[in-house]
Amino acid sequence: MPEIRVDAVSHAFGDGATRRQVLRDVDLTLVEDRIGVVGGNGSGKSTFVRLLNGLIHPDEGRVTVDGLDTVRDGREVRRRVGFCFTDPDAQIVMPTVAEDIAFGLRRRGLSTAEREERTRAALTAYGLENHADHPAHLLSGGQKQLLALASVLVTDPDVLVLDEPTTLLDLRNAAMVRRLVDGLRQQVILVTHHLDLLDGFDRVLVFDDGRVVHDGAPAEAVAAYRDLAMR
Amino acid sequence: MAGQAVPLFHPGTSLVHRLGAGTKLLSLLVAGVALTVWRAPWQIAVAFVVVLAAYAVARLPVRLLLRQVVRLAWIAVPLFAIQLLLASWQAAVGVVGSFVALVLLAGLVTLTTRTTAMVDVVVRVAGWLRRFGVDPERVGLMLALGIRSVHVVLGLAEEVRDAQYARGLRASPRAFAVPLIVRSLRHADRLGEALAARGIDD
Ligand SMILES: Nc1ncnc2c1ncn2[C@@H]1O[C@H](COP(=O)(O)OP(=O)(O)O)[C@@H](O)[C@H]1O
Ligand SMILES: [Mg+2]
Repeated sequence: MPEIRVDAVSHAFGDGATRRQVLRDVDLTLVEDRIGVVGGNGSGKSTFVRLLNGLIHPDEGRVTVDGLDTVRDGREVRRRVGFCFTDPDAQIVMPTVAEDIAFGLRRRGLSTAEREERTRAALTAYGLENHADHPAHLLSGGQKQLLALASVLVTDPDVLVLDEPTTLLDLRNAAMVRRLVDGLRQQVILVTHHLDLLDGFDRVLVFDDGRVVHDGAPAEAVAAYRDLAMR
Repeated sequence: MAGQAVPLFHPGTSLVHRLGAGTKLLSLLVAGVALTVWRAPWQIAVAFVVVLAAYAVARLPVRLLLRQVVRLAWIAVPLFAIQLLLASWQAAVGVVGSFVALVLLAGLVTLTTRTTAMVDVVVRVAGWLRRFGVDPERVGLMLALGIRSVHVVLGLAEEVRDAQYARGLRASPRAFAVPLIVRSLRHADRLGEALAARGIDD
């Protein structure tokens, strides 16, 4: 598994009166296969995971993925760390399913034949083979999220970060995403409010007000999070 | 519904489908120039025969053509009436006929050409912009995003309208425009982030 190191990271948005400290001195080494991230709204989860592929640069401290610095080696890091967001509509770039999957393979120095081959393989792997030429905007929410995932996974990253990928989905589609994620070879870092998605995870981080307040096995972490929410 | 707003690629194996995207885009350009020069009623008639023949060769379902005609009628009929009142029937036929013929032809190109193929052409054509520091891939990406954004914004418009009906609000332009703009901007923000995550800026 890749090794992600978060070294004494603090981060704030805005300045002056509007300054808001969002992460406070976060120190972690992530090497497990399946890592969950939970916490209340605004606790800093999204900011934290955006640090992992250099979408956000830390104000203080540093983040490395297998020794690559997310600020200095951003491009290389983004190739290793795939990212899936909550809103599938905002992740789909091309008008049709197959084209969106193929889009991620542009500029990768692949021949057209290779691109087509990998696109076809991804369509089959994620159950979209009957929708290849389907307009992306006519897919169901669950299918859109599958497409978003397929478009990221076709580039074969080593790490997959998912920021609340099931928040906009119904239970059945959430379960489908869960099954898909279960089968991945990638290291997975999953932010979620669907706590049952974390069953069988190796490690769960609980965020509160920009700090990691609990770090452990899913059962205790979920209990700690429930405690926190009830306080 | 949003899905019918703009014609999208309709897979097929016809001659028109197999023509290169560059050829089709160039033909469209030539037709555009020709129809600004030749607008006599008989020339418009010829243009329509050509367009309809091209649809026939492309073996597209007739409903895809009819759908576009119906949508165009909203603009074409009033435009025709105005021209008829202010100018002559010849002018009305010339202006409206050339407009409708061109839009239908553009529709045929989008129906028979993958966006990827069009993007590739644009990237190639925009290659000369490189010496001005413009990245041709980016120009192509803009085109793809433009096409996709039409569908996204139309989908958002539907959501906003439904939300208003659900709350019993009467349709006021401002009550419609403000949330639509807010949602579109939020969408653009998220899209920008997703593009960055997919390595577009690298
Ligand atoms: N780009 C930004 N600019 C200003 N404030 C932000 C930005 N992104 C997030 N925030 C603020 O940072 C805090 C933590 O946000 P976030 O990391 O998204 O939390 P979570 O994902 O846990 O809900 C929130 O108060 C949010 O309003
Ligand atoms: Mg969040």
